[in-house]
Order: sequence, then structure tokens, then C-alpha cells
Amino acid sequence: MDYNWDWGVFFKSTGIGQEIYLDWFVSGLGWTIAVALIGWLIALFLGSVLGVLRTVPNRWLSGLATAYVELFRNVPLLVQLFIWYFLIPDLLPEPIEMWFKQDLNPATSAYLSVVVCLGLFTAARVCEQVRTGIQALPKGQAAAAYALGFKLPQIYSQILLPQAFRIIIPPLTSEFLNIFKNSSVASLIGLMELLAQTKQTAEFTANLFEAFTLATIIYFTLNMSLMLLMRWVEKKVAVPGLISVGGK
Amino acid sequence: MISIKNVSKWYGEFQVLTDCTTEVTKGEVVVVCGPSGSGKSTLIKCVNALEPFQKGDIVVDGTSIADPKTDLPKLRSRVGMVFQHFELFPHLSITENLTIAQMKVLGRSKEEATDKGLKLLDRVGLKAHAHKYPGQLSGGQQQRVAIARALAMDPIVMLFDEPTSALDPEMVNEVLDVMVQLAQEGMTMMCVTHEMGFARKVANRVIFMDRGQIVEDCHKEEFFGNVDARSDRAKQFLAKILQH
Amino acid sequence: MDFSAIIPALPGMWEGMAMTLKLLVLGVVGGVALGTVLALMRLSHNPLLSRVAGAYVNYFRSIPLLLVITWFYFAVPFVLRWLTGEDMPIGAFTSCLVAFMMFEAAYFCEIVRAGIQSIPKGQMGAAYALGMNYGQVMRLIILPQAFRKMTPLLLQQSIILFQDTSLVYAVGLMDFLNAARSRGDIIGQPHEFLIFAGLVYFTISFSASLLVKRLQKRLTV
Ligand SMILES: Nc1ncnc2c1ncn2[C@@H]1O[C@H](COP(=O)(O)OP(=O)(O)OP(=O)(O)O)[C@@H](O)[C@H]1O
Ligand SMILES: [Mg+2]
Repeated sequence: MDYNWDWGVFFKSTGIGQEIYLDWFVSGLGWTIAVALIGWLIALFLGSVLGVLRTVPNRWLSGLATAYVELFRNVPLLVQLFIWYFLIPDLLPEPIEMWFKQDLNPATSAYLSVVVCLGLFTAARVCEQVRTGIQALPKGQAAAAYALGFKLPQIYSQILLPQAFRIIIPPLTSEFLNIFKNSSVASLIGLMELLAQTKQTAEFTANLFEAFTLATIIYFTLNMSLMLLMRWVEKKVAVPGLISVGGK
Repeated sequence: MISIKNVSKWYGEFQVLTDCTTEVTKGEVVVVCGPSGSGKSTLIKCVNALEPFQKGDIVVDGTSIADPKTDLPKLRSRVGMVFQHFELFPHLSITENLTIAQMKVLGRSKEEATDKGLKLLDRVGLKAHAHKYPGQLSGGQQQRVAIARALAMDPIVMLFDEPTSALDPEMVNEVLDVMVQLAQEGMTMMCVTHEMGFARKVANRVIFMDRGQIVEDCHKEEFFGNVDARSDRAKQFLAKILQH
Repeated sequence: MDFSAIIPALPGMWEGMAMTLKLLVLGVVGGVALGTVLALMRLSHNPLLSRVAGAYVNYFRSIPLLLVITWFYFAVPFVLRWLTGEDMPIGAFTSCLVAFMMFEAAYFCEIVRAGIQSIPKGQMGAAYALGMNYGQVMRLIILPQAFRKMTPLLLQQSIILFQDTSLVYAVGLMDFLNAARSRGDIIGQPHEFLIFAGLVYFTISFSASLLVKRLQKRLTV
């Protein structure tokens, strides 16, 4: 078990066409971002809807949203991924099932599964943040809006949500970062995202320390940049003198 | 017993204590008063090294606090301290509060520590509460337990930092009574307090602080009897608190 | 769907669950211990200690758990060889356990740190005033109070870890999920076994979090 350190390994040819190992990391990072961003859009939309439902004065609707949250929070992410990837397609009508399994290339079907899975998984968490944000607002806000003659949907879209979202940017940021980290489970159903490419490089070159170090640096940098981005967003949308955000 | 020599202390740029010098001899009771923020708590915490200071020295019973070789925990175990907010340990019962430091710091056996603790608890009139937790006692009761806890270490001197100012008025006296009794038994005490009745009754000396400086340091009779000779700031302060 | 094949497979799946629970308990114990040390380092006045702990936490919180599990699986044998000079056959179980402990320590550290900081400063002053040294102040006065306050958060984090143990699938360890899956595959009923596994995870996590919520209410009242 002797180990040959070689930090130049990333610039070596993979033996497949013109590719060097660094290209694998780049394409892996591309998949990671593609999974996380689209998953995040789903999560943000669905999570907001659910978060609103949890606060509306209707027991059925809020109960439904609560059930969703409990279900998706208490089943491990990997189990959910297996369900979306292995189980759900079999339950679909024959033509769609065939399309998913045979016509789509394997990367696309894995991608679809993982995006839906992460989107719905993260939606449960976003929902809780949105609900917390709405409930943190003074009760008088909704009352004042009613008094002005707004209807319930307008109250949410014009008055409550714009305020709630500003409050919850910090916890949402951490969910946003989480979806990037969680996207690594896609490697377990064969999608060649960052972690899968790292593993593959480690196996091909036997330079596993270099490969994993690079992966760590990429995740770390990604994390820091996203955090800075969200800080910027937070400042950008801050209402002067109203809700104090982002320190200072 | 306590000798404070030219102590100065800064929080960053801000000077909290400026060249403070005074003595407390054995058996003496010294009351420290002064307006809020004048540095009384800071000074008294320097005496058992809970706060570090940058200049000067404090010598307690022959041991220098500024000396880096001094065993501070050992020194503190010989100096009793009572806090404004009692600071009983809420996760421990009253008995445990009284015994934990005796056992862990002084190495006394459990029986010995419990025996001593209960005796002192009896002395402050709370024997019946030995098995309760601090949260189940009133403020005045908690402060009396805190005094017993400090006494259980057989201190050579007791420090009090506004022991009655967090109490409801009707509980102030039960704590002061214990302190008066302690003073009359000859305990060396340094008390930050605004209870001038207490000062008149048992203090030997009164120290008045303002903006980090010791402005007045004189005998009780002089302090209360010869008000005209006091500094303007001390007069203002006295006028304010004696109104009540 | 036909769930009748589940019953005879229960003993085998129980072995998997035992593995899951072992990982969970040891991971939590090790993670809390290491996390407490890190929290004390972060709060210490020594800038080097507090930086090192801060960097550790920052580092592990910005990478995926799955990356840590995979990396340790590859790397621990090498590292052990460098340290001891011998080939040490260590299984996936040990490498996963080390990964969980080190990863979770970063999260536990933040919980413990907040817990310590929530104890009023006067408590520390009072303990020092009685002549206790740093170790005694922490061990006898501050940490017992902090842990009492933190219990709900520590349990919540443990429930998350309970679910995350399923990631050991990546290195082929036979935990509950893997045991259920492999049995389902052998019998040819993967869907039934997958649903069953999901139900078991759900039931355990859900009831545990209900209990935690009740505990939390009791502690705040
Ligand atoms: N940790 C600290 N950092 C910076 N400044 C401090 C700190 N602790 C105390 N101070 C300042 O030092 C000064 C003296 O504080 P100290 O607590 O000794 O006053 P005090 O005379 O006991 O007042 P009080 O009657 O309100 O208890 C105050 O102005 C206070 O704001
Ligand atoms: Mg004070």
C-alpha cells in the first residue's frame, strides 16, 4: 500500500479522448449545480405554497401541509431517492414507464428523479421556514390588511410574504447550501455529479487523497460563494429602518 | 488582610479603575458605595481575581494577586463572595450547593461537608429547605443560602457585591440581619451596598467611589457625621440615597 | 403488492437495524464528546485553539456527509498504515463510524457552544469565586446546566443522524436500509421492502420527534 503523491494528476489524460481528469471535475460540478438549482426552484415554490397553507385558517389545508412536512422530514433522503428512482416509474402508466426506462438516457432519468426528490424533500424544510416567518409577523399586519379590504390571497402576496421572506433569508440560506450538499446522493443512482466523478478519479488514478482534497476545496468554495451571494441578496432586499438584517 | 495598591484597570480604551488604593484590616467591615458604573463591582472582583487588572497589586493575607505564580483557585477558596444575583447553581439542590466546593475544592468528605453545610444553613434559618432546589426559594432565601455557601469554605474575608439590590424590599432585612450578625462576630468584610442603615450600624469605614476613583475613604463617624467636609460628588450621592 | 414476504425476512432486517442503532449510538456519543471539546476550544481565550476549532466546524459544515463517508472509507486504511506502519484490516463499519463522529462533532459543537453561552456569566464567576479551577467549573457547574438546556436540540440532531446513517449504503455496509433492500432484491420484491423500510424509518423518526417536542415543552415551561 505505498502511496505516490502527484498533485499534477488532474492535468493527466484520462485515456478517453482528449479529456483530462480536471474535465471530470468540471462536468461533475456542472451536474451538481444543475441538480441543486432546479431542485431549489421546486423547493422554493412548493415550500412557499405549503408554508402559506400551514398558516391559513382552514384545518384541512393546514393539516394537509403538516402531513406533507412530517412525511418528507421523517423518511431518510436516500430512501426517498430510491422511491423516486426505482419505485415510482413502475407505478406510472405503461407508456410513460417505458419512456422513462428505455427512451431516456440513463443520466437524464437519474437527473429527473434526483431533482424531483431533492425538490420535494427540501420543500418540507422551506415550508417550515416560511411558516415561522409568517407567524413571526405582528398579528396586526393581517388585521390591518383585512381592514383595508384586501382579500386573503392578496394579504399573503402583498403584505405577509414579502415581509416573511426578508426575515427568513438566513435560515433559507442554510437550506440552499444544504441542497447542494444533499445533491451528492445522486452519485448513488449513477448520476456523474461531483462526488461520483471524484470517486471515479480516485479509482482510476489511485491518487485518492488528491482527488478528495480537490472535491473538498470545490464544495468549500461553492459553499462560501453561495453564502456571500445570499448575504448580498439579503442586503439588497433589506427595507431601511424596518427589519434589521445581516448584522451591522 | 486586604491591601489594594494603586490598582488601575482598562476595558480596551476605557479606564474603569484609576489608581485605587486602600486597606481592609482583620475584623474590619468596609462599605463601598458610589453611583452606578463607578467601578465598585469591578474593584471588589479584582480582590479575588475574578477580574484581571493591568496596573498595581492586591495582597490578600500575604498573597499577591498580581504575582503570576499565585495559585488563584486556592486564594479564591479562602475568600468568600456573595453576588447581586445570588448565583446559586440551579441544577444542584441546596445541600449540594453548600457542599460541592467543600468536597471538590477543599477535599472534605461528604459527611463533613454536609454536616458543615447544614449547620450553616440552620444558622441562616433555612434548615427546612435543605432538599429543595434554588428555583423553589424566594430571593431573600436564596441569598441567605449563598452566604452560607461562602461561609462553608471557612473564608478569612467575605466580599459582598450589592447583596440586597436584586431583592424585593420586604426581603432585604432578612439578608442584612445575617450580615450584621456576621460583622458582629468579627468577620472581615468588604461590602458594596447602598444600604446606609447597614453601614451606620456595623461599618468601620466607608469608601465612596466615582468614575473609577476612590474619592472618599474614611471612618463611619467622619463619613456620616461630618457631611460638610465631604466632596461635592459624595454629598450629591448621599443626598440622593438618604432621601428615601 | 404483496407484503407477506416481509415477515420471514424480519430477523435479517433486525440485524441491519442493530447495525444502524450501533452506528447511531456510538456516533452520537463520540460526536457529542468531540463536539464538546471543540466547543470549549472555540470559547477559549487562546486564539489558536479557538481558530482551529472554528476552522474544523466550518470545514465539516461545508462538505456533504456522503463525501466524508466515502473519503474515509478509502483513506482510513492508508492513514492507519502511515500511523502504525502495519496493514490494519479495518472494516467499513469503523471508517463509517469515524466519519459520523467527526462530521457530527461539527454540528454538536455549535449546539454545545450555544448551550454554554446561554448560561448566565455570573454562574462562572460564582464557581470561580468558590475556588474551583477551569475543569471543575466546566464539569460541575456549566456543562451540566448547558446539557440540560440542550437536550432537545441534541436529540433532534440525533434523529437527523439516525436518518443519515442510511448513507452507509455508499460503502456497502449492511445497515437497516441495505439489509431490507438486498432481501427485497433476492426475493424479487424490491418495492415492498423499500416501502417497508421507509415506513420503519418514518415511524421511528416521527415518534422520536414527537417525544422531543414534548420534552421541549416541558423544559420551557
Ligand atoms: N466587560 C466589560 N467591558 C467593558 N466595559 C465594562 C465591562 N464590565 C463593566 N464595564 C464598565 O465598567 C464600568 C464599571 O462597572 P461596574 O460594574 O464595576 O460598576 P458598578 O459601580 O458596580 O455599577 P452598578 O452599581 O451598576 O453595579 C461601567 O461603566 C461599565 O459599563
Ligand atoms: Mg455592580
